[in-house]
Amino acid sequence: MTEPHDGSHEIQAYADELLPDPGLEEHHWRPTDVDPKAERRAERQVATLFTLSAICTILFVVSYVTLKTGTDGQVWLGWGASNLTLGLTVGGALLFIGTGIIQYARKLMADEELVELRHSASSSKEDQATTVAALQASLDESGIGRRPLIRNSLIGAVGLLGVPAVVFLKDLGPTNHDVTESQPYAGAGLEHTVWKSGMRVVRDVVGTPIRPGDLEIGDLVNAEPEIIFGKEKGVSLEESEVLEGAPLQIAKSKAATVLLRMNPDDIVSPETRNWSVDGIVAYSKICTHVGCPISLNERTTHHLLCPCHQSTFDLADSGKVIFGPAGRHLPQLPLGIDDEGFLVALSDYPEPVGPSYWERNTHSVRDIFEDWQDENGQAAEQYGYKETDL
Amino acid sequence: MRFLNRSVGRLSRHRRRPFAGLVLLLLALALTGGLYALLSPASSAQSDQTEADKAAKGRALFLVSCSTCHGQNGEGLKTQDGKLLGPSLIGVGAAAVDFQVGTGRMPMAQPGAQVQAKDPSFSQDEIDELAAYVASLGAGPAIPSKNDYDPSTYESDKAKQEAVTLGGQIFLTNCTACHNFTGAGGAMPRGGYAPRLLDTDPKHIYEAMLTGPQSMDTFSNGNISPQEKKAVIAYIESMREQPGYGGFSLGGLGPVSEGLFAWVVGIGVLVGFAVWIAAHTTRSTKKKGTAQ
Amino acid sequence: MSVDTSKVASSNGTTAATASRPSRLGALATWSDERLGLAAMGKKNLRKIFPDHWSFMLGEIALWSFVVLLLSGVFLTLWFQPSMGETTYQGSYAPLRGIEMSDAYASTLHISFEVRGGLLMRQMHHWAAMIFIAGMMVHLLRVFFTGAHRKPRELNWVIGSLLLLLGTLEGFTGYSLPDDLLSGTGIRAADGFMKSIPIVGTYISFFLFGGEFPGDSIIPRLYVIHVLLIPGLLLGLIAAHMLLLVYHKHTQWAGPGRAETNVVGYPMLPNYISKMTGFFFTVFGVTAIMGGVLSINPVWKFGPYDPTKVTAGSQPDWYMGWPDGALRIMPGWESHFWGSTWSWNIFLPVIVLPGLLFTVLLLLPFLESWITGDKREHHLLQRPRNAPTRTATMVALMTLYSMFWLAGGNDLIAIKLHSSINNISYALRALVFVAPVVAFYITRRWCISLQRHDNETLLHGYETGIIMRSPEGEYSERHLPLDPARAYAMTVRDRGRAGDDDELRPDGKPTLRGRLRTLYYDDEVQKPTTEELEEAHHHAEHEAHAVAALEGHSADGHQFDGHHLTDDEPLRGDH
Repeated sequence: MTEPHDGSHEIQAYADELLPDPGLEEHHWRPTDVDPKAERRAERQVATLFTLSAICTILFVVSYVTLKTGTDGQVWLGWGASNLTLGLTVGGALLFIGTGIIQYARKLMADEELVELRHSASSSKEDQATTVAALQASLDESGIGRRPLIRNSLIGAVGLLGVPAVVFLKDLGPTNHDVTESQPYAGAGLEHTVWKSGMRVVRDVVGTPIRPGDLEIGDLVNAEPEIIFGKEKGVSLEESEVLEGAPLQIAKSKAATVLLRMNPDDIVSPETRNWSVDGIVAYSKICTHVGCPISLNERTTHHLLCPCHQSTFDLADSGKVIFGPAGRHLPQLPLGIDDEGFLVALSDYPEPVGPSYWERNTHSVRDIFEDWQDENGQAAEQYGYKETDL
Repeated sequence: MRFLNRSVGRLSRHRRRPFAGLVLLLLALALTGGLYALLSPASSAQSDQTEADKAAKGRALFLVSCSTCHGQNGEGLKTQDGKLLGPSLIGVGAAAVDFQVGTGRMPMAQPGAQVQAKDPSFSQDEIDELAAYVASLGAGPAIPSKNDYDPSTYESDKAKQEAVTLGGQIFLTNCTACHNFTGAGGAMPRGGYAPRLLDTDPKHIYEAMLTGPQSMDTFSNGNISPQEKKAVIAYIESMREQPGYGGFSLGGLGPVSEGLFAWVVGIGVLVGFAVWIAAHTTRSTKKKGTAQ
Repeated sequence: MSVDTSKVASSNGTTAATASRPSRLGALATWSDERLGLAAMGKKNLRKIFPDHWSFMLGEIALWSFVVLLLSGVFLTLWFQPSMGETTYQGSYAPLRGIEMSDAYASTLHISFEVRGGLLMRQMHHWAAMIFIAGMMVHLLRVFFTGAHRKPRELNWVIGSLLLLLGTLEGFTGYSLPDDLLSGTGIRAADGFMKSIPIVGTYISFFLFGGEFPGDSIIPRLYVIHVLLIPGLLLGLIAAHMLLLVYHKHTQWAGPGRAETNVVGYPMLPNYISKMTGFFFTVFGVTAIMGGVLSINPVWKFGPYDPTKVTAGSQPDWYMGWPDGALRIMPGWESHFWGSTWSWNIFLPVIVLPGLLFTVLLLLPFLESWITGDKREHHLLQRPRNAPTRTATMVALMTLYSMFWLAGGNDLIAIKLHSSINNISYALRALVFVAPVVAFYITRRWCISLQRHDNETLLHGYETGIIMRSPEGEYSERHLPLDPARAYAMTVRDRGRAGDDDELRPDGKPTLRGRLRTLYYDDEVQKPTTEELEEAHHHAEHEAHAVAALEGHSADGHQFDGHHLTDDEPLRGDH
């Protein structure tokens, strides 16, 4: 910083002058400045642009009134005529005003370059000194520096005010713990879904139950638990038990399932085989990465790919991750058959579905299977479950 | 032959079943009753003769164009190091042949991650002959009739509209994951891709659902019922016919192409304007005052 | 401040700005000044000088698209219902009639199909949002490449960076509102991002969604953030950004008569304000035409959000694309200890990485001045080549950004280039590390060779393309001296390092800063010295003497610099 001569800061110009500054170039006039003909031509140009804008505005109103919008509106060139004409006319109206003003400024307004001096961003030395002195004086007068007890208790009290600010937000929503304990709706909490033992696996959209014989090898079914369609064992539930609104959306967001029928010999892992029926396996449709529904299946390889971030899971091998950013296998839904021959779940998913969360207690497939076997193995036998060759 | 196809369409499946069995007997092939599609034209014994002829002609074509990879009898071949050269065609059915050959995927031009669609190498007559031959090898899905797949065959506009709504839901549940919400297609692992559906013939869409070509899943009639398949086709067709309400669709690929247009068109044009605004206009050598 | 700026505006033309006679305008101004006292401010600012260069208008693209966003956004709020209440669609779009959907989605369909011009406004709003953020980014690049972030403008750089961050969040909350399948998929991914935060993730998610995902609170909450909270912050920060711009006065390029101590350009009134107004209408008009011609986010094709459905090509808008790309190429690392799950595969790429890169962005001006030791004020811009390390740093950051961006579109690249999505992902895992380094090296060497080229032209003139043969038969190309204005502009740059070097550490080695500074300035080519310049001039005079006979000839080389017009001369005359 250069030394101030008059008590003010100065901007330090670059010091190493190699060539002398030739100074501002001489101003050259535009044709519109010196040639009245050119000037009038530019005037006409600008006025024409403004007139074109006015015409566009009128056309805008005309097309607003005459053209219908939406699905039964006119179609030009395969495009919706209303949107097209409204966009072009209002766009033209604005653009012609814009170009008109710019042309006006470029051609007809004075365009001599003017020079203004800069000053340093800082205030003058005196101002700085005065302000600092004032600050110091106020600090002294308040005596806050000499009274650490007051200062520290004040800082503590104000800092503590952050707590109510956070506590205030507590009722934004219940926590995972709250909903898991109180079960305000079926399958509440991150560890549960609405699947339960004996719940039929039905086709999404139409809600019809599935017999193993319906499916051929290579068939992929996007499936849901029957309760989503307000039924249990094919019978409509009572009004109060039908899922609606947020509980329905929450149930769908966790319970969505894909069924795949593969050649039973293709199944690699014994856990997968135990939980399958005639080569039909069921997996959570919710990606273990960030939770996109996942149903891009390659029939020939049994690889299921997520369209969001391309995590790829092997459905023949306990949903093992074989590519992409997912960190965990896809949870498998144990399948059985009820007395009417329809596919049912043997239990809820043996582990939480969907993306990881910090409190998630994650185990290996084998551990999950053994825990499940202890807990549900016996009850599952009524749906034809039999443990084999583990 | 076009006439033949149409007449096939007019018959219901059930009435064709016995004829199919007769044909199989006549051909003396140890096969079950999977030949019920295609093979039975409108009337009687004369047509049975035609079917047998077709299968025989189909075999001739097959030996020339397909057997190099699929084997002399469609049993499939492997290379010496165990790689699959061509899969077995026993039991794939006429629908698979009509799809693969009708979309030009077969005969295959070159091996690769995925077989490309191209102009078909065979006429529809020849495709039908090939299909008849392959169908005679083992039971499989038959070529669907026009009634199965053509949305123009709905009895009323209302029925069609309901089908479009249902089809849309089934499409969004089962198809968009791979084929994109507009049917523009999407990427699959290791160089594979789900093709664009918007230019595909309705019959071929139906056959693809039924047979699961290449790595596509099968959507057999036990999975998605024939009515639902037709509804999906009705929805795809309505997408195809839908005008671009908002203008040019940018390829229907979603936010990536939109971002590209925002940069290239939006920023491009506006920077162009900025350059124009700041550009120095032409200058005159004349001085002010001297001109007047 | 000792200089009265109102008196120093002077003209380089033959006529000075003329004072006009008292007019009705004057009367109006007096009337309002007697009540508002605006004259003091007007005196300073009405004729404030703004230098003219196309690159100085990039920020205006962002500013004016923000205005378009405010206007079109207000229009949309008149119909949009930010509610997740369920309704059965009965509107005019037949393929969805009878389907259950949220009020938010149904009202978006209503705006698109039944409100005349509603679709246009939706599309304009969306295009303007994309251009808003793109405009901010190109403006940021211009500022950094020309060194306009240096003292005293560091704080304005910080404000600008905050604007970029807030604009991105504003965009995300905005495109999530229609509650269609794509936006719902985006919110679902965001839920996964939140849950990946160790310890508090689940709580954040449950509080934001009012319970479990998706619940029925997220759309109204995002709506308040989108139409009230963030726009308020944006408005305040934009105001501060502009005020600081006016206070600092705009930077300018070096040139004759342009110095650190002045600003040369056009006055705010009438010239600059007209161009600004014209540009506002232009931005508005371009957005309107894009909204009319180019379809964007056709929500009716996605259908309402249903947590069981998904579509291929599920991508966020472009400005969210790079964290999404980082997420795609991240290896699937996840650790499990003592009953807890740590999702490095999500937490690192979408929470830590953007936070880290944003911090780097905020700190860039401070990092640079710490390394260079440059504490002076700067109002003259630097050409990118004259700060090779800085230029290369930003190019490396841009390369990093674009690698992540490419990763975000890996599925579309795979389709369009007929290649394997797996291989593209593997390649990009390597490229995010390698490409920025390569880009840095190439850019830096490129800048240095451009500096060398500048010196060549300063010393030996520019190449005319005219080949001469001497009587001895030697061929050479004719060089002519640069136009003095250009030569002057080129020489206005620092020589050597900006600040004093640090003292060595007690063990005799340079400090970390000292080493970084050495690297920063390594291999930079300095401008010629006065002696070199004189030597070169001497040489040029000698040469000029040798070819004096050529002067005035059609092919003397001056036809390229405008010193000698050849309009009426035959190229091969009988001179």
